[in-house]
Amino acid sequence: MNKTNEHRPSRFHGLWALTVRELKKWLKEPIILFMAVLQPVLWMGLFGKAMNLGAMFSSGSINMPEIVPIPGSFLIPPQSGTIAVNGSALSQMFADFGPAMMRNIFGVTDYFSYMSVGMISMIVMFTTMFSGMSIVWDRRLGFLDKVLSTPVSRGAIIFSKVLNAALRAMFQATIILALAVVFGLQVSSTFTPLNILGVYAAVFLLCVGLSSIFLALALRSSKQETQMAIVNLINMPLMFASNTFYPIAMMPEWIQAIARVNPVSYLTDALRQLTILQLDASALIIDFAYLGLFAIVTSAIGILLSWRYLTK
Amino acid sequence: MNLMSEEVIKAEGLTRVFNKSLVAVDHVNFSVKDGEIFGFLGPNGAGKTTTINMLITVLKPTEGKASVLGYDIAKQAYNVRSVIGVVPQEYTADEDLTGYENIILCADLYGIPRETSKKRAVELLQLVELTDFKDKRVETYSGGMRRRLELACGLINRPRILFLDEPTLGLDVQTRAATWNYIKLLKKEFGMTLFMTTHYLEEADALCDRIAIIDHGKIIVGGSPEELKHSLGGDIITISIKENLDISDLVRKVENVKEVKNEDGSYRIKAEYGEVTAPFIIEALRNKGYTVTKLSMTEPTLNDVYLEYTGRSMRDVEESREAFRTQRMTLRRARAR
Repeated sequence: MNKTNEHRPSRFHGLWALTVRELKKWLKEPIILFMAVLQPVLWMGLFGKAMNLGAMFSSGSINMPEIVPIPGSFLIPPQSGTIAVNGSALSQMFADFGPAMMRNIFGVTDYFSYMSVGMISMIVMFTTMFSGMSIVWDRRLGFLDKVLSTPVSRGAIIFSKVLNAALRAMFQATIILALAVVFGLQVSSTFTPLNILGVYAAVFLLCVGLSSIFLALALRSSKQETQMAIVNLINMPLMFASNTFYPIAMMPEWIQAIARVNPVSYLTDALRQLTILQLDASALIIDFAYLGLFAIVTSAIGILLSWRYLTK
Repeated sequence: MNLMSEEVIKAEGLTRVFNKSLVAVDHVNFSVKDGEIFGFLGPNGAGKTTTINMLITVLKPTEGKASVLGYDIAKQAYNVRSVIGVVPQEYTADEDLTGYENIILCADLYGIPRETSKKRAVELLQLVELTDFKDKRVETYSGGMRRRLELACGLINRPRILFLDEPTLGLDVQTRAATWNYIKLLKKEFGMTLFMTTHYLEEADALCDRIAIIDHGKIIVGGSPEELKHSLGGDIITISIKENLDISDLVRKVENVKEVKNEDGSYRIKAEYGEVTAPFIIEALRNKGYTVTKLSMTEPTLNDVYLEYTGRSMRDVEESREAFRTQRMTLRRARAR
């Protein structure tokens, strides 16, 4: 009777269309990708290389006099008077402690390897943060309202952003890892190319978890300034109260408490297990279990909220 | 089924309150018949966009109910979304994508199979004359081109009802006229029902079969543009004579004259059937020896209707901060081209 008809989109069709839209936008602006990669590279170069913790304990930084006097009371059993010790031998002894100390604290002997893997966590935090921002933009430009007037599932609107953040972060993580290897990242003996898949899986899980949170926060917001302030406030503790830059064990008790529930710590640990550390299977399983649980809980919350709050 | 074909949109006591205090739409009742162009006419902030957003299921009504093609907008939102097309006030196309990519994206959101959507995209781009620009990024489009792209996107699912929110906002006069032609063409081509909002009187007059004038969230009066103009009670005849005497009483006696006002020597006469009545007025004056020096006649425009019912002052109240902002942004982007 007329030319009209009704369409019932499959859940997947709409989700894929919206994800492709995001990816197209991304690919059309290579400058954004460049900046997104440049920032962690700068961190790696300026922070990772400049903060050369390993060198602090090398023989060059310990300048002992030729002869070092040591009180006899230090000896076992104690003796009276003072004994003389060969200074350069003592320096060498301390220098040998260095790598052992580094290994004890960081698990690896060079800080650069330690922190450049942490950079992947930073990428995940920033990429998911921007995916939350992009829904605010979509709302302001009216795109969101148009999408909401179509039969596409509300969950798909949220999940396309989540998926997009995950794909972006995985791509950037690849670049960062490759660059880190060029700049001197040392992989452990347990590393195999297959571990890269584990890296992707871990990155994917935290992307799902974090971007669900950021999107849920942005659902009703129409001001990117507010959103920016909120996510910045969250990102700071997420980044520093985690093992991204320093081992948790070195932190004061109260920060440790935060770091131990912080999902970023679990991602970073998983990534290190898979690349630079001697793989500890039980630790890795705990990391993945935590990341998986976090992703499931937050994405469920995100999708529930999107059903409830996307239509105002 | 018969009932459905008569009234495709029906609103009863539809109300929306923002932030528990700002009543944007206040218990409106109206119905739209199958195949007509129905217009919501009112100043900025009258509640037009809020009404449309409720009908397209983007906003929830605070009170009252409405149905679109028999589907309840609150309870059967999914069904409503499947049968309608929407051309929003803002330019919602993704600026980073090309026109073609935008149309295909819209099609995907409706779950249209790719084969069908490709064919339709080509047809629609042809219809709105954007074929030559289909592979250009939307950010390079002019305001008129964007509006046409929005029209094409709104039609991709062959909707039974197309909602147009301020379809010519921010466009220049020529582009506006061209857009009107597209709208007429689309209606002819697809035979659908159109629900539109506008604050341009000429637009409502040129396009709509029936209009409802809305102000402060309430429908003040409704009917066809002709009916509304007629409701004002006739044409306005303005007359001047050479003599410095009051002729008000004399003119009042002429048949069909309703009202006479002396405005500094010229007379403003409200009369039914002005074309027929004017000669009788002249004759009556001549018979008494008066000399008519000037005569002009105007038929009432929708403008007169508008002023009569909404009052003289055009309010510029923001509908909600958000709506106001998006409108401003649209205007800014339109003007920047």
